[in-house]
Formats: sequence, structure tokens, C-alpha cells
Amino acid sequence: MSLITPDFGLLVWMTLIFGIVFFVLAKWGFPMITDSVQKRADRINESIKKAKEAEESLRNLASEQDAIVEKARKEQAKIMKEAAASRDALIEQAKVQARDEAAKIIDQARTQIAAEKESALRDVRKEVAMLSVAVAEKVMRKDLAQDSGRDELLRRLVDEIASSREQKN
Amino acid sequence: MSRKFLIFIVFCLAGLFCPVIQSGAKDLEVELDMDEYLYGHVRDAYDWHITTIKGHHISIPLPVIVISKTGRGAHIFSSKHLEEGEYEGFSIATSGKYENKIVEKGPDGAEIRPWDFSITKNVLGLMINSALLLFIILGTARWYRKHDAAEEAPTGGTGIMEMMVTMVEDDIIKDCVGEDYKKYSPYLLTAFFFIFINNLMGIVPFFPGGANITGNIAVTLVLALFTFFTVNLFGNKHYWKEILWPDVPTWLKVPLPLMPAIEIIGMFTKPFSLMVRLFANILAGHFMILGVIAVIFLTAKMGAAVNGGLTVVAVVLGVFMDCLELLVAFIQAYVFTMLSAVFIGLSRPKTETD
Repeated sequence: MSLITPDFGLLVWMTLIFGIVFFVLAKWGFPMITDSVQKRADRINESIKKAKEAEESLRNLASEQDAIVEKARKEQAKIMKEAAASRDALIEQAKVQARDEAAKIIDQARTQIAAEKESALRDVRKEVAMLSVAVAEKVMRKDLAQDSGRDELLRRLVDEIASSREQKN
Repeated sequence: MSRKFLIFIVFCLAGLFCPVIQSGAKDLEVELDMDEYLYGHVRDAYDWHITTIKGHHISIPLPVIVISKTGRGAHIFSSKHLEEGEYEGFSIATSGKYENKIVEKGPDGAEIRPWDFSITKNVLGLMINSALLLFIILGTARWYRKHDAAEEAPTGGTGIMEMMVTMVEDDIIKDCVGEDYKKYSPYLLTAFFFIFINNLMGIVPFFPGGANITGNIAVTLVLALFTFFTVNLFGNKHYWKEILWPDVPTWLKVPLPLMPAIEIIGMFTKPFSLMVRLFANILAGHFMILGVIAVIFLTAKMGAAVNGGLTVVAVVLGVFMDCLELLVAFIQAYVFTMLSAVFIGLSRPKTETD
């Protein structure tokens, strides 16, 4: 039966024609199409990936923003606290300084007062001495004018001096 | 509404046939030669028969190229010379082993088949369909050369072709071949579209369609051989190990190489099944459509009522068969490609599981 016996001539022609068709299509036909489609598919995939990334980063941005605000608030609180602390410290320091200063001033005043007092005392002593001398002079003048007492006194003075000399010696 | 319209169309088609057949039956009063009718339509021929009007054949003569085996050299002449009988010592055998083939007479008077490279109906059909295929695919490829496919998608015909190419590549080639499918993709795509376009053109009932190309065993043999060589020439060493030294108990391999023998037979039965499947499916499809249409002519002598009624049935069945054949045209191309891809995938097992 000729239907199931392959004809040699047709076999040759078929091999030739299919070979040529295959060669041409494999070189200029299908790779061009499949590569282009592949390129487009890659591009679409890439775009989807990028969109996803953008969405992700957008979401991240929001949380980042929140984080920044939170951080700023914390910073603010910290700064306020620090300011308060430094203010207190400053006040404290000022107080201490003022106290020191006051103490110093008081000290100085005290020294000065002491010095003043000393000098005043000295003056007073001096005055008293002068006064005593003047009084003694007056007394002596009067006593020496009275003859009765003069000898007595002289004698007593000489004794005294002599005794104080003896004692010294 | 549309159903009524469809029925109306069918009756009109049936009505078209009836008077012709009635007159034809009266004039000719010949018995329809069923064998000649069926085989004449599906077999290869030296001319392309288009139609017959009042007993006169209208056909396209094709070049006959033969190289004599009796030392008379090469001959090229038109096949119309063979209609009258012998020409340059060659004639078409009417019976015997070489029925309907060109033969020459040997010295002892026996019929000898010369080397016959004639452009037969099937060869011309192959050329036309191949040219059409090249035109379509290269036309599609041209679009991609002119456009940046990453920026825009094709529309219209190119879009359809892209869809089909991607369908074949994604559904068949990638899945069945596996990792390095890219190397095989052009062959499998070519095979798919080549078979598909030849199947489709085979259903078209008039020139340049109608040649029973993929229903010819020589054509499917070549296709199967291409797959055979693709599988076996590029098979890796694991493939050959699985054939020659498969992972089975040793007594199945030595002393009697039972499994290797089965595997080696399998190497050949796979493409053989490809060849027969495509050939038989397409041939059977042609036979079925021809058979259904033959009903019209077979019942011509049974009277107008029977003939008319059966003509309606035949037309309805014919439409159904044609639709079925459209489906088969696609399915057979798909199956051939898929099985080829599977065989290729089997010839490249990745790693040995030991």
C-alpha cells in the first residue's frame, strides 16, 4: 500500500524544505520573537519589583518620619531637662558664689573692724595714758607744791625704783 | 434567531448541491469509485487536480524530475505528458507494486522505479505552506526588529502570533524540556508551526490547500527523524547511562541485556509513535470528511428525498467534521511538539539519583 510506504523523493524534498524552514526560522524568526517577549517580561517583572520597593520605601518613610518626630520630641525633652538642670546648677553656683563672696566681705569687714578696734583701742590707750600722765602731772604739781607730801612721795618713788632694780638684778 | 438562520444556511447549501447531483446522476450514470475517490484525495500525485467539469480534468501540471536506473540519465518534463501514457520511457504505473508512481521499463520488461525527485503535489504544497509560514513568522519577527518590545506590545496579527509563540514556549517547551530549553526552543517552535500550518492547509478544500501533507508518512517520518536526532545527538551522558546501564537489578542487565535492549528499542519506538500518530490522525481526518461528503454522491441515485435529506445530514456532519479537524490540526501539532519536548527533556536528566 503506497499510503504507508514513504516515498523517497518526497522524503528528500521534505528534509530539504523542513531543513531550510528550520534554519531560517531558527536564525531570523523565533529567537527574535521569544527574546523580545522575554525582554518585555523581564522589564515588567522589574517594574513590578521597583513599584513594590517604592511602596515599601514610602511606608518606611512614614515610619521614619514618625521616628524622627519621636526622636525630636525626646531630644526636646532632654534639652529642656538639661536646661533646667543647668539653670539649677547655675543658680546653685551663683548662690554658693554669693555666699562665698558674702563670707569674704564679712571676713574682710571683721578684720577691718578688728583692726579699727585695735587702732581705736590703741588710741584710747594712748589717750588714757596721756590723760593719766596729765592727771599725774597735775596731781604731782599740786602735791609737789605742798611740802608735806613731797618728800614722802619722792622717797617712795626712789624706793620703788630701787627695789625694781634690785629685783631685776 | 441565530439558530434558525444557521438551519436556513444549511438547507441552502444542501439545495445548491441537489440539482447538480441530480443532473450529474442522469448524465453519467456511473458508480462512484469509492476507493479511487478516497485515495485519490489523500495520496500524493504528479499533478495538482483542481476540479473536473463534464468529465474534463482541470489540473496544474507539475515538473517531473526522474533519474533513470537503467542508465538513461536524468529527465525533467511536465507531468502533463504523462496523461497520455508513456513519455521518454516513463509512465505512471496503473497497478502492481508501484501503482500511481512513475516507472520505467527494464530490459526484461519489468517495471523499475527510477530515482524520483518530482515536484509532486505534496512537494509543491510543502513549498507553498513553508513560504506562507516563513512569511508569517518573519513578518512577526520584523515587527520586533522595528519596535522596542519592552516599550510596547504588538496588536493584530503580530499579537496573535506572539500569543501562540509564547503559549508554545511557556506551556510546552519550558515545562517539558527543563532548564536549557532555549537551545531547543527554535526547533520545537518550528515543528509546531510547520505541522500546524500544514494541517490547516490540508483542511482547506481547494488550491493551494487540500494537499494531504501531514497525512503523508514520508513527511511525518522526516519530522520524527528530526526529533530522533535532536534527542539522541544532544542527550547527555546520564541519558546514555540510563539506556545502556539503567538502575535495575544486575540480573536484568547481565548476562542477558534485557533492560538495555528494551531501552534501545524505546529509542526508536518514541519517534516511531510520533510519526504514526500524526500521520494516522491527519489521514483519518481527511478520510472522515471525504466519507461524509461522499454520502451526498452515494445517495444521488436514491431519489431526491433521500438524497436531499442525507445531503443536509452530510453538510451538517461535514461542518462538524471540519470543526473537529481544526481542533485536531491544533492538537496534533501540540502533541507532536509536546512529546518531542518531553523526549528531549528525558534525554537531559540533570543528576543521577544515587
